Amino acid sequence: MTDPKTYSFNTKTLHSGHQPDKNFGSRAVPIYQTTSYLFQDADHAAALFNLEEGGHIYSRISNPTISVLEERVAALEGGSAALATASGMSAMSLAILNICSAGDHVVSSSQLYGGSFNLLRLTLKRFGIETTFVKPRDTEGFKKAIQPNTKCIWGELIGNPGIEIMDIPEISKIAKEANIPLMVDGTFNTPYLCNLFDLGADIITHSLTKWMAGHGTSMGGIIVEKGDFDWTKGNKFPTMTEPYEGYHGLSFAEEFGPAAFTMRARAEGMRDFGPCMSPTNAFNILMGIETLSVRMEKHLSNTQIMLDYLTNNQNVSWVNHPSLPDHPDHKVASKLMPKGAGSMIAFGIKGGKEAGHAFINALKLTSHLANVGDAKSLVIHPASATHSQMDKKSLELAGLTEDMIRFSVGLEDMEDIMTDFDIGFKASQRPRLVASK
Amino acid sequence: MKVKINGKDAYYTSSGRDIDKNQPTIVFVHGSGLTHVTWVLQTRYFAFHGYNTIAVDLPGHGESEGPALNTIEEMADWIADLISSLGIKKTSYVGHSQGCLVGLEFAERHPDKLELLALINGSLSMKMNPELLELAINKDQKAVDLMMDWVHGPLGHKGGHPVPGLSHMGMGNQLVSSNNNGTLGVDFNACDQYTNGEAAASNIKHPTLCIIGKHDKMTPKKVGVELASKIKDSKSVILEESGHMSVLETASDTKNLLKDFFRAHRNAS
Repeated sequence: MTDPKTYSFNTKTLHSGHQPDKNFGSRAVPIYQTTSYLFQDADHAAALFNLEEGGHIYSRISNPTISVLEERVAALEGGSAALATASGMSAMSLAILNICSAGDHVVSSSQLYGGSFNLLRLTLKRFGIETTFVKPRDTEGFKKAIQPNTKCIWGELIGNPGIEIMDIPEISKIAKEANIPLMVDGTFNTPYLCNLFDLGADIITHSLTKWMAGHGTSMGGIIVEKGDFDWTKGNKFPTMTEPYEGYHGLSFAEEFGPAAFTMRARAEGMRDFGPCMSPTNAFNILMGIETLSVRMEKHLSNTQIMLDYLTNNQNVSWVNHPSLPDHPDHKVASKLMPKGAGSMIAFGIKGGKEAGHAFINALKLTSHLANVGDAKSLVIHPASATHSQMDKKSLELAGLTEDMIRFSVGLEDMEDIMTDFDIGFKASQRPRLVASK
Repeated sequence: MKVKINGKDAYYTSSGRDIDKNQPTIVFVHGSGLTHVTWVLQTRYFAFHGYNTIAVDLPGHGESEGPALNTIEEMADWIADLISSLGIKKTSYVGHSQGCLVGLEFAERHPDKLELLALINGSLSMKMNPELLELAINKDQKAVDLMMDWVHGPLGHKGGHPVPGLSHMGMGNQLVSSNNNGTLGVDFNACDQYTNGEAAASNIKHPTLCIIGKHDKMTPKKVGVELASKIKDSKSVILEESGHMSVLETASDTKNLLKDFFRAHRNAS
């Protein structure tokens, strides 16, 4: 039987979205470092502004370098369309604001990056959008939390930083039953580890800053739309279905069908909120994506080495990674991500908070900073950094403990990282003047 | 917008514009397994430049109530009924792929309702690959996957959508998958069984534009040229970068060709 001859994953990481430059034959994607684009004539300008034809007007709305990135990620995820943004946080904000207005409600996993948690808990609340948080393992809890005004379910497949796994296929069934989209932040898994659309997500966001770009150089985010969510069903999503005065009565669902969500997010979100990516960042992220598979393979194999090291270390009280057989989500993680459950490890250091500080302060090679998914190995103590703006109750809800070290496994030779950790552990266990609780 | 045709909901979009009886009308008819969304990069232009645009979802497709129609002739009659129900006496017709066969038959059966005809990625007949036909009848996702491979030229496969951020393969996949509930199989079968194309084309007196994709694997260049050769007052144009999806892969070129064609004949009349 004939098989379709479409490009496979690795080919897409290198080629999707890009037609080599016709003027000069540039093989690499050119960086279009420009704010704006010449109109052919007044009609052309009017047509572009009225979405009568495709093209670029102003780089806040779209840019040719960024468009290549958008199409590339859409192709990798199997989506109908994508919109790149300045950061992962702006991708999340735009995705939610694209369908939520004052009086609406979100059901979210409680285990999120601290910034995401605070956006939902504090900032959107100021604009009349309320959120109910549910622990990611409490599948039934998601169902119970849905209200008549709930517009979406939000979550992370691999929760940050507690590394709990959200059972996307099960929660997708709940979202479908309620006729609301399931939006999933796929930053920690990337399209290399699993396809979130196949698992049941309707909208995917990424912080491209992390593994997708992979080198800790460039900020970026993206919204990817699968394209089969029926916005017209039940009259629940007026921003998608009702005539929009801003574009002469345009109904995004009617005109753009599988790309309605993206078109609205670009036409309104980028026009009015304006969190655009820089073309140079888009280029850097594209360079990162070209090696996504080879980097992720190495991230995974290095993670396994470090899991063996940490689980056998007498200074470590616990190690948390879904690849470990005793992890509560091991079974579901193995099913959803058969290649491996990512390169984030959380572990508890004996001696608690003070020992954690001493460990981090003694490291010479592993970087102490607020990022993940770099080619370099990174550590942080979330309770005093990324999640420090959360109160004790919120920390508990997010599954955080004060002894937790978050470790983003990099691409170095792991024997060097182990040597570095040995120094850190030694420092952590030195007698201290104040005993830890 | 929805109207009742033969007691069933029939959907069309006019790009949010009211139909103005003093303006000329163009009806846009999609290909197998597709919907009105195919036309967004043509219809919005015409809707805001002095035309009524009626981009339909054929029965069983998109927002139109099913079942899908079994023959090309039935589809042509359905289009005639739709425009009559909107109070439109004459319309120009733009069809893509299967929509071209419907266009030939619309011209044959309802010549008095037709002004100008544009056939994009068309042919006189469309005998289907038996494997593809069987897969579509069985609602197999592989039918969609094969279709995505075959309908897109090198540009569509690699990307470079005219609308920033949109994916040719992803959009196409979603549109056709949404109609892979048996409708795609009915469409393919209707195309496969249609035999009146040559006779219908030979009878067409209306000015006709044929747009052909150089990399079209579904209706290759030579069959597009053959179609144009059978229509007396026809003009054909080959788009160098297009596969079978000229309406999207080379959307602006297609729109500009249609614009020039309609403008020239409007000025002449």
